[in-house]
Amino acid sequence: MTANSTWTPDQPIVSIKNVQKSFGDFQVLKGIDMDIQKGEVICIIGPSGSGKSTLIRCINALNDIQGGSIKVEGQEVHDPDLDKLELRKKVGMVFQQYNLFPHKTVLQNIMMAPVLVLKENKAEVEERARSLVKKVRLGGKEDAYPGELSGGQQQRVAIARSLAMRPDIMLFDEVTAALDPETVKEVLVTIKDLAEDGMTCILVTHEMGFAREVADHIYFTDRGVIVEHGPPNTFFDSAKDERTKLFLSQIL
Amino acid sequence: MTTHSNQNRFAVLKPIDTTRRMSYDPMTLSRSLGSLPVWTPFAALAVAAIWPQIVYAQTATGVDPIGALWRWAPFLITKGFLFNILISFLCLLLGTLGGLAIGLGQISHVKPLRWLCWGITQLFRNSPWLVLLFIVMLALPFELTIFGNTFFFPAWIKAVIGLSLPIIANISEIVRGAVASVPTTQWEAAESLAMTRRQAMWRIILPQCFKRMIPPWMNWYAILTMATPLVSILGVEEVVNLTRQAIEAEDNLPELLAPFYGFVLILFFIYCYPIARLTLRLERRFAVKL
Amino acid sequence: MLESFADFFQQFAQENPRWNFIFFYEEKQAGKIWTGLKYTVWLSIACVIFSVIIGVIGAWLQGSNQRIARAVVQGYIQLFRNTPPFVQLLFFYFALGAFTPTYSPDGWLEVPIISNVGWAIISLSFFAGAFNVEIFRAGIEAVPHSTQEASESLGMSRLQTYRYVVLPLALRVSLPALNNNLVNLVKTTTQAFAIAVPELLYQCVTIWNDYPSAQYPAMLLMFVVYIGMVGILVFGMSRWERALRIPGYGK
Repeated sequence: MTANSTWTPDQPIVSIKNVQKSFGDFQVLKGIDMDIQKGEVICIIGPSGSGKSTLIRCINALNDIQGGSIKVEGQEVHDPDLDKLELRKKVGMVFQQYNLFPHKTVLQNIMMAPVLVLKENKAEVEERARSLVKKVRLGGKEDAYPGELSGGQQQRVAIARSLAMRPDIMLFDEVTAALDPETVKEVLVTIKDLAEDGMTCILVTHEMGFAREVADHIYFTDRGVIVEHGPPNTFFDSAKDERTKLFLSQIL
Repeated sequence: MTTHSNQNRFAVLKPIDTTRRMSYDPMTLSRSLGSLPVWTPFAALAVAAIWPQIVYAQTATGVDPIGALWRWAPFLITKGFLFNILISFLCLLLGTLGGLAIGLGQISHVKPLRWLCWGITQLFRNSPWLVLLFIVMLALPFELTIFGNTFFFPAWIKAVIGLSLPIIANISEIVRGAVASVPTTQWEAAESLAMTRRQAMWRIILPQCFKRMIPPWMNWYAILTMATPLVSILGVEEVVNLTRQAIEAEDNLPELLAPFYGFVLILFFIYCYPIARLTLRLERRFAVKL
Repeated sequence: MLESFADFFQQFAQENPRWNFIFFYEEKQAGKIWTGLKYTVWLSIACVIFSVIIGVIGAWLQGSNQRIARAVVQGYIQLFRNTPPFVQLLFFYFALGAFTPTYSPDGWLEVPIISNVGWAIISLSFFAGAFNVEIFRAGIEAVPHSTQEASESLGMSRLQTYRYVVLPLALRVSLPALNNNLVNLVKTTTQAFAIAVPELLYQCVTIWNDYPSAQYPAMLLMFVVYIGMVGILVFGMSRWERALRIPGYGK
């Protein structure tokens, strides 16, 4: 990639500057700034409707923005000339509703994009896919269809599917929100494994305990702005802003 | 994993709702016709009037399609299209009476009768209309003598009978479906009032499903009307046949073909459009009341 | 074996003068039926394939950002769904056929480049295709937007998403309606009779014009063939539907 030449790994891997986003008259993001270093795990928390999901969808260019800039590895995401394919090779995304392809088996779901988009060798991709299935602890389910799996299992397949593209950054959009309480943990463990492997992760989540344990940095958003941010311990134990305190008292 | 836990998870996992697969909608014709905005038939007519002029300007062979169409239109409508409508009315009459009889036969408690009516329905529903038309054309004699009275069967009467066969079969299915949709408790209530099966059917059941049958019945009328040009194959002088003759009378000029056949298409369109609108409106109204 | 079969029907015709199965023992008539069958099957297969292709492309265009493309597809659908297919066929063959170029294979005759069989295939495919567009479009609408988004976020192009994700899912939703439309199409192929395509009905009519004694057998044959063809199509489609069923979903 051409724009890569100016970017070095010691600079922020994702750099968000004064991002504005509105749907019609409704302004969802009112100037967001964020710098994320390679290997960092970021949790974005906040009340519903505060623009958290919109923000991470903008990082992946699933939503466009009206102002400001988002740079991934030095490349402007909302440049009209941007090669979205190049961006999406680097940025994986996991959705709240898993969004697996229901007509493909677990293995086929994982192999599809690398074979179709990256045009990689099928045998190699299959080997990688099999090891990814094991990595997300679903060994033996390779040939199952999504409809035959539990929500937690499906979500882990969705994670493996994103990982198969060998992204540099993973986005998680409330990935445990639709799950039964007993299956939430298995998904969180998978994400934690990833974080420990050094993957840059950006999560929108309501799992405060998990955020505290795994995150390097917490951002609290409300009504389209970042109200407060900091390392988990300072953030959770000595929040300064009233809105943060109120939110934390309600949720913890 | 048990199937039970699987079932529960479908609520969360909803990439595609395969349980609500689209079944075929027999009302497709009325729905597509009736959902067009009111101005479309008029716009279509305008295009048909302008198109020949454009063709005329390009070929510049001295042919005037619009003038020819203007001369022939009254003849084509009064002698041709009105005859199509007459055929469609007669077919509908035969089809409704026959369909009602066969449909009630399909739910009869007499087994052989039920099977016979089911067989007739399936046979006529699944055969091509043109095949049925030809068969009636050939199977019926030119004249028939009953009790000393001789009846003649001109081609168009045979065509009416042939076209009404598929209508009979489809209306039979409508009747069967509508009667089946009345809750069985209605039958039981009638029975408990000491009504016979026939009384229950005519006094209790049919009046209830009558309204339900009207929209699909009208839909079949529109389909039937659209099918009437088929009888031209058997030499009946209806609109398509007369159109061909009109073009021949105008020296078979190729410039006339598109405007004339286009005119016929639009005649059917304009006639069936209000029927489809009415069908949809009735369907909505009756659906609310049920 | 074959000889005794022919002999039986010859004998049968003598004993039952109205049931002359002439096409079972006279080679020329058998040839007519055989040709008719081939045309009917060929016409049906060609129209089914082309109408499905038209449906897929039309549904794709309806989802495009091009307003003109959408309007053209919409106009096409409305025109073909709301007018009699028989008049469409005549319109294609006589009106459009009059303007198609001709070529001369032997220097004497002028042969149009699209034959009557060609026009029948074009006309009937466009007729059934108009219904298929709507059927597929409804199927595509049943595929949730989020599934397409997931495919997009994996870097797949719009075409790849359509080809590998949306279409396979939409097809499963559309199959019952598609099934019905294709049955209707196979029945409608008889109308090609009107432009002298030598299909089964056409051949049967020539036989019973020549041999009135063969009328009932020819009718019986047509019932058997058409109901058989519809039956095979319905059976094949339901087998296909079962084969496409996704484990873990629905019934």
